[in-house]
Amino acid sequence: MSFLKRLFSKQEKETLDHGLEKSKSHVFSKLAKVFTGRRVVDEELMDELEEAFITADVGVETTMRLLSRLRKRARFEAYMEMDELYGMMREEMAALFHEDNRSTEAYAIPKHAEGPHVILVVGVNGVGKTTSIGKLAQRFKEQGHSVLLGAADTFRAAAIDQLKVWAERVGVPLVAQGMGADPASVAFDTLQSAVARKSDVVIIDTAGRLHNKRGLMEELAKVRRVMDKVVPGSPHEVWLVLDGSTGQNAVEQAKQFLATTDVTGLIVTKLDGTAKGGVVLAISLQFSIPVRYIGVGEKAEHLQDFILDEFLDSLLPERLIEGLDSTDSES
Amino acid sequence: MFDNLQEKFDRAFQILKGHGSITEVNVGDTLKEVRKALLDADVDYKTAKEFTQRVKEEALGREVLTSLKPGQLLVKITHEELTKLMGEAAADFRVQGKPAVILLAGLQGAGKTTHAGKLAKLIEDQFKKKVLLVACDVHRPAAVDQLKVVGESVGVDVYAEPGVLDAPGIAERGLAHAKSSGHQAVIIDTAGRLAIDEDMMREIDLVKAVAKPTETLFVVDSMTGQDAVRTAATFNERLDFDGVILTKLDGDTRGGAALSIHSVVGKPIKFVGVGEKMDALEVFHPNRMAERILGMGDVVSLVERAQQVIDEKEAARLESKIRKNKFDLEDFLQQIQQLKKMGNLKDLMSMIPGMSKALKGIDIDDNTFKQVECIIQSMTPEERANPGIINPARKQRIARGSGKDIQDINRLLKQFEDMRKMMHTMTNGAGGKRSRAAGLSALRR
Ligand SMILES: Nc1nc2c(ncn2[C@@H]2O[C@H](COP(=O)(O)OP(=O)(O)OP(=O)(O)O)[C@@H](O)[C@H]2O)c(=O)[nH]1
Ligand SMILES: Nc1nc2c(ncn2[C@@H]2O[C@H](COP(=O)(O)OP(=O)(O)OP(=O)(O)O)[C@@H](O)[C@H]2O)c(=O)[nH]1
Ligand SMILES: [Mg+2]
Ligand SMILES: [Mg+2]
Repeated sequence: MSFLKRLFSKQEKETLDHGLEKSKSHVFSKLAKVFTGRRVVDEELMDELEEAFITADVGVETTMRLLSRLRKRARFEAYMEMDELYGMMREEMAALFHEDNRSTEAYAIPKHAEGPHVILVVGVNGVGKTTSIGKLAQRFKEQGHSVLLGAADTFRAAAIDQLKVWAERVGVPLVAQGMGADPASVAFDTLQSAVARKSDVVIIDTAGRLHNKRGLMEELAKVRRVMDKVVPGSPHEVWLVLDGSTGQNAVEQAKQFLATTDVTGLIVTKLDGTAKGGVVLAISLQFSIPVRYIGVGEKAEHLQDFILDEFLDSLLPERLIEGLDSTDSES
Repeated sequence: MFDNLQEKFDRAFQILKGHGSITEVNVGDTLKEVRKALLDADVDYKTAKEFTQRVKEEALGREVLTSLKPGQLLVKITHEELTKLMGEAAADFRVQGKPAVILLAGLQGAGKTTHAGKLAKLIEDQFKKKVLLVACDVHRPAAVDQLKVVGESVGVDVYAEPGVLDAPGIAERGLAHAKSSGHQAVIIDTAGRLAIDEDMMREIDLVKAVAKPTETLFVVDSMTGQDAVRTAATFNERLDFDGVILTKLDGDTRGGAALSIHSVVGKPIKFVGVGEKMDALEVFHPNRMAERILGMGDVVSLVERAQQVIDEKEAARLESKIRKNKFDLEDFLQQIQQLKKMGNLKDLMSMIPGMSKALKGIDIDDNTFKQVECIIQSMTPEERANPGIINPARKQRIARGSGKDIQDINRLLKQFEDMRKMMHTMTNGAGGKRSRAAGLSALRR
């Protein structure tokens, strides 16, 4: 079954990738016009690039920085091969990212001498924390790890039921208390249970919270402290989930969650939509923090490793630079 | 929420204030800053471009006709244009039809289910109609359970068919149930969907065809970036929705989506969501939002939010004091003490005109307030009521009493005076009389 399933999900991934390209062709095709053949590097070109970056949510500051780097490197007011220019642009963008993202190795669950590997998942409301946890559980289970989930969102209506559905769907155990229970206490129970069961990986779901709500942020800090008491050194990872369609506010989210919970990685969701997630560039510029996964749909298999080249292609597509005809629907 | 944009505007207009008159060049510089500010606030690229162009034309055109200073003039024009961009007057919300049928649609996680609950509460409380929530999200895990919990928390009936996958069928039967059981309003919760997901868009077409909603609302997260406009446009092409609910405005997003959606899609924003609780729903006021963006503060919103802790009479008293320019240090002290109970202080304080600038870079916590409290508490009642009488000798006594420097006293008095002036101008300004009561009764038409 597992082989068939893999085959299926691979096929599905291909159709998905295809779908992704289709949805993104809109901006791609605009850039295609920017990056074909030879042309003078001039203000007009800079304006076109600016628009492409801004509409991808890269943000003004990061866009200006990228363009000013390009101005330094490119031969201004002279003819240039556009693929050479594109190469420069790609290098500048890639340089913003955490070194983990510039290597091609996928995230692997480390083995600890004692106790489970513990991942705490945080983020603002509705970004896809619970869904991503379902997907992660599936992935880690497929990799042969024993997984335990902790339902520490005791606030949102039916949040526990939602995680339960995922636990059943994927076939992993879950620790929960009632609605309104203290999240720190749920985390405590979950870790104790994980130690007793000798689980390899624990993933803790938390309630969505806006980063400007001090009380709720402090609650997270408390959850962290309690976890460290049961499994010293835990949580080993704190993953911040960002909605890929969020604009510049995501930078503020990263900043505040980093400050209270020492975020160690990002998951960017909903990239199956038309949004580009360009704000990740702005975040990478300011904070040194790797992107671990991207979410590309609502099913368990719709989680992908973050592959920098592919992500950058979705902002500035190489394929089209190589002269492939654009399927320009809008001009 | 618009803190940053306010700062940018403040800075932009600062540049202009140095010049004597409006010229093509100094308008250009200022507007470049304005455009940057808008883009940083996630205003759609094209909208921002057109907007600054329009403001420029307005500014240059009106130059000879007015005696305003260039900075004031640009603030005025920018404010007018911004308000226009967001749809001018607050749109009304009707609950008509037998039953009235409200359909909620939007992307995943935008806040549809939560807002189904908030609207149900609003309709029961304000419109005195019996509401039925219908659970047409057949996709998200535990979506039905969520709506049931939400319905229970506001004391509203929920129609659901757990396990059934046919959303249009559920809508149809839910509606029939409402008719036979005497519900006067139906709110249909649907699954989150991407605008490019053809199957899902077809599903909601069908739900709409069956339910024949009297009001279709597009629910959108106020933190959305540049994609907001395109998504809203696609949903609008499909559903021809009547209005928008802008959610999660209790965050610190600058909310540029609010600026662009209306101008691009041509549909009004009717409500804003300001929290996870069932009463965290407010009517959208374009004018206030524009004022807020421009750093003019938002006295009315402040008063409204203060109502959550201060009673109505107290709020009315404060508003009238502000209007008569009688707002004094005692009121200020009381407000601070009330605010301290409300959490999220910075956001609240930034609504006081002039405060967002005064507060820049200060981490607002109880300590910041302690200093102010401490100083005011060292004043006599007469001094609090009438800060004008505070002469150097009195200042020295206050400084000793509070353990602060004379400079601290001076700074507080100056800030208070500036704040009072701005509050007064704002409340008596172009906005006219607006109060919470008026806002909500406007809804009931
Ligand atoms: N299209 C798409 N939808 C997603 C993705 N990830 C999550 N979603 C959907 O987004 C919605 C919200 O997801 P949740 O997992 O409940 O989000 P959350 O962060 O746990 O939400 P709260 O706990 O309420 O803060 C659900 O409808 C999910 O199915 C994704 O990668 N793509
Ligand atoms: N802070 C804040 N949170 C909100 C607001 N509106 C909704 N939420 C939260 O956002 C998250 C998602 O809300 P839902 O109502 O589940 O969103 P939805 O659109 O029904 O999601 P799907 O059905 O998965 O598409 C939940 O955690 C809500 O509590 C708001 O105005 N402010
Ligand atoms: Mg969740
Ligand atoms: Mg929902």
